[in-house]
Amino acid sequence: MLYAILCYNDEATVFSWTKEEDAAVMDRLNVVHEKWEAKGKLKPSLRLLPTSAATTLRKKDNEVLDGPYAETKEQLLGFYIIEVDDLEEGLTFARELTAANPGGAYELRPIMLYNSGSPVKAR
Amino acid sequence: MTDLAWIDAALVSARPQAVAALLRYFRDLDLAEEAYQDACLRALKNWPKNGPPRDPAAWLIMVGRNAAIDVTRRRAKQTELPDEDQISDLGDVEDAAAQRLDEADYRDDVLRLLFICCHPDLPATQQVALALRIVSGLSVPQIARAFLVGESAMEQRITRAKAKVAGAGVPFEAPNAVDRAERLASVAAMIYLVFNEGYSAADPASDRGSLCDEAIRLARLLLRMYPSEPEIMGLLALMLLQHARIAARFDADGNAVLLEDQDRKIWKRPLIQEGLALIDKAIRLRRPGSYQIQAAIAGLHARAQTAGETDWAEIDALYQALERLTPSPVITLNRAVAVAKLNGPQAALDLIAPLAERLAGYFYFHGARGAFLKELGRNSEAREAFNQAIALANTPAEAAHIRLHLDTLANSVKG
Repeated sequence: MLYAILCYNDEATVFSWTKEEDAAVMDRLNVVHEKWEAKGKLKPSLRLLPTSAATTLRKKDNEVLDGPYAETKEQLLGFYIIEVDDLEEGLTFARELTAANPGGAYELRPIMLYNSGSPVKAR
Repeated sequence: MTDLAWIDAALVSARPQAVAALLRYFRDLDLAEEAYQDACLRALKNWPKNGPPRDPAAWLIMVGRNAAIDVTRRRAKQTELPDEDQISDLGDVEDAAAQRLDEADYRDDVLRLLFICCHPDLPATQQVALALRIVSGLSVPQIARAFLVGESAMEQRITRAKAKVAGAGVPFEAPNAVDRAERLASVAAMIYLVFNEGYSAADPASDRGSLCDEAIRLARLLLRMYPSEPEIMGLLALMLLQHARIAARFDADGNAVLLEDQDRKIWKRPLIQEGLALIDKAIRLRRPGSYQIQAAIAGLHARAQTAGETDWAEIDALYQALERLTPSPVITLNRAVAVAKLNGPQAALDLIAPLAERLAGYFYFHGARGAFLKELGRNSEAREAFNQAIALANTPAEAAHIRLHLDTLANSVKG
């Protein structure tokens, strides 16, 4: 089985950790990461920048909103990881997706830390 | 996290909202602060027992208002408010309270509180001290240490600032769009003042150095409330990008290290990434401003893996844009550094020659002029400029840095 684990916490608290507090948490997490990666079971993992860095494309009217996706009517159904020159190119990709699949929204959130993990087995 | 650590974090992050709303109720800074402190004491007693409230700010506002009304012995004449034991659980009462304080109120409250602290009648040092006391909730001794002054002097400074603000009258009406834009600009300037106080500290771990973190926290708060303001994005980006270099800015002896000599491997990448992402967002809105341009310049330095890879042509262009937007001899002086890299030291000297009179008392003018002259081999003129710079140095670190230049000049004469 492939699972995605979504991480929730209060960003005001997490992003006010001191460098030492942050490093201590990351060190503890990395012990777990390494163990599961050695077993070949940890795939890509990543840490996102805070919601202040987010931009949202509302699909129904193609409107770009500054900030995270704040509605609670919809549920998270998937995500993409892209490598683009800038936010504008990211939005271009999201608009092409919108044309293929209208409804809902795409939130573009910069990635702060990316670990590729072990390769996924052919399925 | 222990109870106490969690409560402490919640109180710190709820403070600006709570004090701001209490100020709207009581229209008096001291009363609002007392009410908030009272509510905090009750939270310390109540939250470990009953669990955290869903909206700590709403809880503190209700309890603080309740307590202050109690203190002023007017409670009997008021509608009975629920006791905090009843509103501490995650029940309907809290929802109702949160609804009464809608988001727009919060926004205007916090902006008003920040705006009061940067009242134009207050000198910059009082603005910063008042904001740190009222909005950030730092203690007077903490602020005094950050400003390297005595506690009683700082107490006086804050008392005077409060008296002046009370005398000037606090704007309680909801701001219109023009007022709001003006308030935002004053508040942004005040936050950047707080940052620069911290940025000038040689020891980032000191109370003074921690002002940078506080300024960044305030800018994040402002951006959360005004997510589509490109200049607030620019301000936060600028501070993040500058703060990212903190570990590289001073050597082990506390001497300043020039940008081009800094160890870029110890720049904080997450802060840089966030800063660049915010610039990226701001640019899309096509409303350029001074913070955005300064952030873009800092961003170009941050993108360069080595000093040699710096895009000086783009930096020159950005400084020219900044000169057009806010003409200032200091900006031209900064541009001269980019011009020296692009077109050589003579071009830079020509650019700053007309500034000599206006910047005669400015340390960096003589330091930069000395460096350009030295590069051209005009050593005796360079020495003279460096000596003028030393006479104007604000800190021992600045003077020490110029002495290094003088030492290399002396050596080159000998050699």
